[in-house]
Amino acid sequence: MNWSNMDWLLILEATFDTLLMTGISLAFAVLIGLPLGVVLFLTGPRQLMSTPWVYQSLSLLVNVLRSVPFLILLIVMIPLTRVLAGTSLGVAGAIPPLVASAAPFFARLVENALKELDPGVIEASRSMGASSMQTVLMALLPEARTGIVAAIVVTAIMLVGYSAMSGVIGGGGLGDLAVRFGYQRYQTDVMVLTVLILVVMVQVMQVLGDRLVARLNHRRV
Amino acid sequence: MIVLENISKTYLATGVEVAALSNVNLRINEGEVFGIIGRSGAGKSTLIRLLNLLERPSSGKVVFKGTCLSDLDEPQLRPIRQKIGMVFQHFNLLQSKTVIDNVCFPLKLAGMSRQDRHKRAMEVLDLVGLSGHAGKYPRQLSGGQQQRVGIARALANRPSLLLCDEATSALDPETTQSILSLLQQINRDLGLTIVLITHSMDVIRQICHRVAVIEKGQVVESGDVLDVFLHPKHETTQSLLAQSGIDTDGWKAMLNHGQGRVLRLTFKGDAATAPMISRISRDLGLDISILQGSIGRINQTPYGQLVIQAQGDHVSLARLEGLLDSLEISHEELQA
Repeated sequence: MNWSNMDWLLILEATFDTLLMTGISLAFAVLIGLPLGVVLFLTGPRQLMSTPWVYQSLSLLVNVLRSVPFLILLIVMIPLTRVLAGTSLGVAGAIPPLVASAAPFFARLVENALKELDPGVIEASRSMGASSMQTVLMALLPEARTGIVAAIVVTAIMLVGYSAMSGVIGGGGLGDLAVRFGYQRYQTDVMVLTVLILVVMVQVMQVLGDRLVARLNHRRV
Repeated sequence: MIVLENISKTYLATGVEVAALSNVNLRINEGEVFGIIGRSGAGKSTLIRLLNLLERPSSGKVVFKGTCLSDLDEPQLRPIRQKIGMVFQHFNLLQSKTVIDNVCFPLKLAGMSRQDRHKRAMEVLDLVGLSGHAGKYPRQLSGGQQQRVGIARALANRPSLLLCDEATSALDPETTQSILSLLQQINRDLGLTIVLITHSMDVIRQICHRVAVIEKGQVVESGDVLDVFLHPKHETTQSLLAQSGIDTDGWKAMLNHGQGRVLRLTFKGDAATAPMISRISRDLGLDISILQGSIGRINQTPYGQLVIQAQGDHVSLARLEGLLDSLEISHEELQA
């Protein structure tokens, strides 16, 4: 590996771009996925607001978005991305497809985290005169918070990987760097370094996430 | 206080209608502890959930303090549910919140200010003997302590009715005793009406005033606990009693064949402690053997029930009833 060969400023910039893409997409994915997950849970079979047609259609939408390979989604969404982000290139251009892919994934994780809860909690909350909204906000979400934090960590890590993939269509960030230098210019060392940075990034996210989950988890003492 | 009129509840289970309850009528009076006993699957959990409309009856009416709850919709029911506390078998506390925050939960729903919530929560925690554990999380407490938190939470909004869904079934015998005494104390000191469901006759015996026995979704027997215990009529009641060691037919094995009369004598209150047998024996010159007996307390009232075999001459045997009547002992001929 020839370290003098590296354009450190470029690598730093790319690292920052990856973090930016991941961060912004994660924020949107949580913003959209959390309510979506709650609605999926509530309208599901035998739940508080069980409504089969709502559940079925949302569930179908989530499954469709999750089954389209990210690379295809990236390309198919280009026209929509241009409308939403003003460009289909760079950091901004990568965000809409990342959100479209991560939000349904996160919603499913939230739905599952809520399903794991003891149904007795819902019953107790109803017996005390809580509305469905109060049950969700005051009982279910606080009870599921460790599961939700764990879901955010998993989604963030998925986004780091996907954001690198968006480099293929000029998405910016470490993936873009790896493609342009490592693949197109045969600078293997740049590719190795970007991979290393990605590994460290994922590792740090996982460790911090696990610590947060452990702190929030009063369920095991 | 709360009345169930002709309640039926059917479920749709895999396309087939299953009757969980059929034609149930119950009247629960202000200030009493009312027990509902039955085996698992008899319909008792459905029954208790009908009282606060967590389950809707398929037909019939639930009337609470003159309001027909079964006519109300969910938003209208919410303020009423705040006045009906409920305690659960598995406590159903929020694990992510501290003890005091759990108790504050219903107060927050009732719209109480933060300061008042805290004050009231400490009051009820003090009542259940847990004020020292306010800052702990449920998992740091024992099962009995968690149930006390559940009771404190149910009492927070000063309910007039407390529903206990198998509140002691997940607890060990010693803890069960302490929770039962707490419920009894609450009933006595706060005048709170309590409806509890259980599968244990011991729970009924210790704290209930009246009891209803349910089997296959129907009330098969109901009445004062003392009467039901001493004169169980339905076979379900008898077998439930037998399971908790109160065997009504055990005397048959002890029978001295051939002579005399066999009677079941029942004493209540002060009569239970008076020397009846020696009196009968002395006055009538009869030999009396006790075939079976139990003496104890049912919800604070002393009682005694003996199955005796009396042997002697015919004249004296014929005078037995007269003497028992004059002593105000209820009796029942078991074998001629």
